[in-house]
Amino acid sequence: MTAPAWIAVGLLGGVAAAARFLIDAEIAARIETPFPLGILAVNLGGAFALGLVAAAALHGQALVIVAGGGIGSFTTFSTWILDSHRLRAGGLARAAWLNIGLSLVVGFLAVALGHWLGGVL
Amino acid sequence: MRSLPHDPRQLAAIYAGGVVGALIRVGLAEAASTDPGQWPWATFAVNMVGALLLGYFFALYRDHPPESLRHPFLGTGICGTLTTFSTMQLELYEMVDGGYLALAAAYAAVTIAAGYLFLRLGIELERRRGEFVPYSETKSPRDGSQ
Repeated sequence: MTAPAWIAVGLLGGVAAAARFLIDAEIAARIETPFPLGILAVNLGGAFALGLVAAAALHGQALVIVAGGGIGSFTTFSTWILDSHRLRAGGLARAAWLNIGLSLVVGFLAVALGHWLGGVL
Repeated sequence: MRSLPHDPRQLAAIYAGGVVGALIRVGLAEAASTDPGQWPWATFAVNMVGALLLGYFFALYRDHPPESLRHPFLGTGICGTLTTFSTMQLELYEMVDGGYLALAAAYAAVTIAAGYLFLRLGIELERRRGEFVPYSETKSPRDGSQ
C-alpha cells in the first residue's frame, strides 16, 4: 500500500462514517419505530455493495480503498449490537432477536446476490 | 422532502472519528490477512474492541447534552467505523463458498455472542468506574469526620 492509498482509505472512511450517520438520521426522522431500520438499511446495502465489488474487476489497492476504506467503514458491527441491546433492555427482546437474525440472514443473502451480480456484469 | 438540519461540527467530529477507525481497521487487515479457511482474526479483533468501547462510551455519554461532540467522535465516528458488518458477511460468504461450513457457523455465532458480551462489559466497566470514586475525592482527612 502506497502513502496516497492510505490517505484515500482515511478520507473515504470519514465520508462513509458521515454517510452512515446521515442515512440513519434521515430514516429515523421519517419512520417512527424503535426498530433500528437505519442501521439495518446501511448494513444490508453495504453487504450487497461489498459482494458486488469483491466479485467485480477491482484488485489490489483499489479494492482495499473501496472495500476496506469505503464499504467496510460505512457498515458497522458495534452499533448493530448496541441497538439490539437497547431493544432488549427496553423490553423488546423479540425485536432484538429479529434485528440480529434479519441482519445476519439477509446480510448474507445480500453479499451472495452482489457477488453473483458482480460476476455476471 | 426537506433534509434534516445537521450541526456541521457534529458531522466533522464523525468524519474525524471515521478517518481514525478506518485506518486502524484496514491497517490491521493488511498486517494480518487470512484465507477463507482461517479464523478472520483482524476483523474479529476490531469488532470485539469496537463493541467494548462503544458500550463504555454509550454508558458514559447517555446523559450528556446532545450538542457534545465527544459521543459523535468516539461512538459514531471511531467505534462505528472501526467495526464492520459487511466485511464479516463477506468473510462468511467466502467460508461457505469454500466449503468451510462449520467455521462459518462458528464465526457467526462467536462474533455475535462475544460482541454482545464485550458491549455489556464496556457498559459494566463504565458503571464501576462511576462507583469507585477515589478515596481522596470521597472524604477529605481535613474534614475530621470519619
